[in-house]
Amino acid sequence: MTAGTTPRPTAPLSPRLTTATASRVLRQLRHDHRTVAMLLVLPSALLGLLYLIWSDVPTAPGQPETFDRIGLTMLGVFPFVVMFLVTSIAMLRERTSGTLERLLTTPLSRPDLLLGYGAAFGLAAAVQALVTVTVAVTAYDLDVAGPLALVVLIAVVDAALGVALGLLASAFARSEFQAVQFMPVIVLPQFFLCGLLVPREQLAGWLQAVSDVLPLTYAVEALREVGASTEATGTMWVDVGVVAGAALLALGLAAATLRRRTN
Amino acid sequence: MDAAVTVTDLVVHRGARRVLHEVGCSVPPGQVTGLLGPSGSGKSTLLRAVVGVQQVRSGSVTVLGRPAGSAALRSRVGYVTQAPSVYADLTVRENARYFAALYGRGAAEADAAIAAVGLSEAAGQLVEDLSGGQRGRASLACALVGEPELLVLDEPTVGLDPVLRVELWSRFHDLAAAGTTLIVSSHVMDEAGRCDRLLLLRDGRLLSDSTPAQLRTRTGTADLEEAFLSLVHASEGSGQVPA
Repeated sequence: MTAGTTPRPTAPLSPRLTTATASRVLRQLRHDHRTVAMLLVLPSALLGLLYLIWSDVPTAPGQPETFDRIGLTMLGVFPFVVMFLVTSIAMLRERTSGTLERLLTTPLSRPDLLLGYGAAFGLAAAVQALVTVTVAVTAYDLDVAGPLALVVLIAVVDAALGVALGLLASAFARSEFQAVQFMPVIVLPQFFLCGLLVPREQLAGWLQAVSDVLPLTYAVEALREVGASTEATGTMWVDVGVVAGAALLALGLAAATLRRRTN
Repeated sequence: MDAAVTVTDLVVHRGARRVLHEVGCSVPPGQVTGLLGPSGSGKSTLLRAVVGVQQVRSGSVTVLGRPAGSAALRSRVGYVTQAPSVYADLTVRENARYFAALYGRGAAEADAAIAAVGLSEAAGQLVEDLSGGQRGRASLACALVGEPELLVLDEPTVGLDPVLRVELWSRFHDLAAAGTTLIVSSHVMDEAGRCDRLLLLRDGRLLSDSTPAQLRTRTGTADLEEAFLSLVHASEGSGQVPA
């Protein structure tokens, strides 16, 4: 039928194929109304619960409200956790349904596929962050000194980190049971050590060292900077850069672990 | 004319088990080659090696003049896995358009591929709401949409009603007449007679690589199922594959 066509060389990265993949992933999401509803509403609802928990607890004079501190941090933690879970399950489904094997026989490159996922869920995370931040500052009186757009930006970068780690983790999961359990493995230590439960300066030296290499630490620090200063600080931009770099590194590792030939 | 696919001394292990034993064969271009054999004989493994997603222990597979799985082959080879590999949470049309985009084709080609497998009326339905046979055809449409030079189909007619099966086989021959090379696997011997060429695989060994007519002559029987059985007996009796 097309025996005469010349083969198109497969570029390592094609914006066209990345976009096609991102829009396919978003279409899949659109057909799943309950997931869309949960993505949009759940973080706001959980934040509301935290607001109620601390609403009657008095704070020491001169200290920031406990909810302001924790609520702001959670704006970075929610997108990270949710996108990690959604992505690792979505990628596992690609694997088990045979569509991944099929995609690997098409001109779609592995970076195209992974970036397509990153773009789709990054966009979903941006919408989620807009909703959550809006609800947090209007309904829960969350006090943020800096621009809210920066909070959304940090949330999206956190989501990208979640997507990238989710893609990487799915390579090591043989079943849904395993994939789901990677969530506590990847997420909880980062959450425990990010400085929210115990200030990082009070951690034992070696725990601080571990905390120093965990990307969520920088995401939380970035949010604190936005919470405390009216202008974007240099520290915040460095933090955002570190999180984005960690996301890219995880994406690169995910591409390397995605084997075209399997047994 | 050069063979579309040449397999030389292909050995594949799965875990500790050897699933393909020094298989060698060639697939002529512009024909329908049937890969026949019972379930578990290694058909899917051989097809996976041809499309370049199977780890191989030794031997080589050359497809359209290049090593199987080469980047340049990915726009020229279409692959339909045994289990329908399309997105269940997308409609037939959305699936076809996505794969069309991957092969650099547009919406018109996607609609044409859907029509070619007789799914036009179900184009707006989610794949998860389709019957098993319809899902298989949706999966086939997603390979046809790329208009590949080599089409590798793993048991494409399983679960289809007889009328549809005949239609699909005539579609395969239309494609071959237009120059496409097809490799179609099946465990149903009555499909063997529809192929231009036959590869018979059993327990990871190639028993025969010939045309149906040659096979009938060699085994002295008109029935291809009996021909296959006599080859099996011959190979077991002598421990040798008949030449």
